[in-house]
Amino acid sequence: MILSARSLTVRYPGAPRQALDGVTFDAVPGQLLAITGPNGSGKTTLLRALMGLIRPESGTALVGDRTVETWGREALARVVGVVPQREETVFPLRVREMVMLGRYARLGPVAAAGAADREAVARALARCDATELADRRVDELSGGEWQRVRVARAIAQEPRVLILDEPTASLDVRHEMELFELVRELVDDGLTGIVITHELNLAARFADRMLLLDQGRVVRAGTPVEVLDREVLGRVFRWPVAITTWNGTVPQVMPLRQSERGDSRTE
Amino acid sequence: MRVRTVLLALAVPVTVLLAVGLGSVPLAPGAVWRGLIDAGAPSAVIVRDLRLPRVLLAFLVGGGLGISGAALQALVRNPLADPYLLGLSGGAGLGAVAAIAFRAGSPWAVPIAAFVGAVGAVALVYRLAVVSGRRLDPRVLLLAGVVVGAFAAAVMSAIIVLSDAPTLRNALLWLLGGFGGASWQALGIFALYAVIPVALLFRSARSLDLLALGEETAEYLGADAERTKRLVYVTTSLLTAASVATCGIIGFVGLVVPHGCRLAWSPLHRRLLPATFVTGGVFLVLADTLARSVLPPLELPVGVVTALVGVPLFAILLRRTLA
Repeated sequence: MILSARSLTVRYPGAPRQALDGVTFDAVPGQLLAITGPNGSGKTTLLRALMGLIRPESGTALVGDRTVETWGREALARVVGVVPQREETVFPLRVREMVMLGRYARLGPVAAAGAADREAVARALARCDATELADRRVDELSGGEWQRVRVARAIAQEPRVLILDEPTASLDVRHEMELFELVRELVDDGLTGIVITHELNLAARFADRMLLLDQGRVVRAGTPVEVLDREVLGRVFRWPVAITTWNGTVPQVMPLRQSERGDSRTE
Repeated sequence: MRVRTVLLALAVPVTVLLAVGLGSVPLAPGAVWRGLIDAGAPSAVIVRDLRLPRVLLAFLVGGGLGISGAALQALVRNPLADPYLLGLSGGAGLGAVAAIAFRAGSPWAVPIAAFVGAVGAVALVYRLAVVSGRRLDPRVLLLAGVVVGAFAAAVMSAIIVLSDAPTLRNALLWLLGGFGGASWQALGIFALYAVIPVALLFRSARSLDLLALGEETAEYLGADAERTKRLVYVTTSLLTAASVATCGIIGFVGLVVPHGCRLAWSPLHRRLLPATFVTGGVFLVLADTLARSVLPPLELPVGVVTALVGVPLFAILLRRTLA
């Protein structure tokens, strides 16, 4: 399942400039794509436009070989699972019930959940190492547990594409790593993955390809080595960086202190 | 879970029998039964013509207010929402008070004016809440409801203050709510209004689960958030307007009952909505029974009873939730 954008341009009502300005890219099936860029560069807008929640001014978002507008919401939820940045837990459910909500698009509004749905939920919970959380209330989970449960809910949709919007924001090192490892495993098992993230270094280590956005435009797209360029990152983030290498091949970004500027030891 | 369901199912016939038996002329359960099955029995007139339609009407109104509250709370993602926050009470109250103050002749005039007022308020709130062309913003909805409600209440107060003593008494009595005018005809009209909204709300139970997570999440999981929002808004408006027109303003059912049921059953609407409907019905039947049997032959307004019972109940629930 290919997810792609062709010259996607979005302008919010009354905004001075386009939130997305001619964005073109493909999410390659079976690969993990990391979308990154400064705050306000259009990452979440791109997600919303890709999923048909915002009508573009021009250009198209394609899911498979059809434009996203031609998909119904239920049909779309059966092929693309999204873990959005924020959601509300005003009326706290149990974890198992929350993950069962991922079956909505397969159940329809009326049918009761059957054995197949319960199995899908159990599989999704096991896949995300959340089986022991099943009977907990979602408002009693830690940040890392809550993210695993939300990924499990997306997995219960049995999608072919999984999109996560800043899934590791406010997670500590271990939970951040656990989440990226989980997403990588899911992609290795055959899902197409897109992760929107500020974690340039983790993106470089886990993603197959990266997309760097700035002011609604694609600045660079390609492998982490191609995208993580010292000069480009310095310009886009408006902060000088150095690029080092981990394990001989993986580029890692090191933002420089003011006192370290002009230091050119790094290549 | 099972035990709760059985208890709730048993509560319905027990409440109905109790409510039909109690009143200014108390009837033993045997007399209630004879009145039900035998049209010639001495108790038949009281049971069949007076109490049964009243009890059934209170049940349906309570159920309708209950699920309206539950659905609206999911819509605005706020457990404090209830049908009256949408400005309906203000609109309906204004319509009714205006009819009473201008001494509109027929007994039908007050409910009709209430209904017109409620629908007018709904239309106004809806127009205010549909911001930037097409999207219905739940926060603006709540705000618009409060504003329109406050405006209507101000006009209503002005009319009451400027009117004479009998008008004042009638207007206040109507505002406090009651089932004194219940009849088979009133029951039939209310049921006619209620059946489609109730069925539609039950049908969208699972969409409400998703909507409660926020609109974006709901869309990603496969729900059409915009359509669900409109459906909730229109159905709950109809239900509330119908109940206000039938029996005046009865508060707290739409607020307390869904809240309690969410704790006792589940926040999942497939279980919450039926539980709320039945509990709301039982609650209002009991409140009405209490209203007409504490000081016979005088009747307390049922809105006073729901508030007197509902507020402490709500306080207890709130404390238990926070503890």
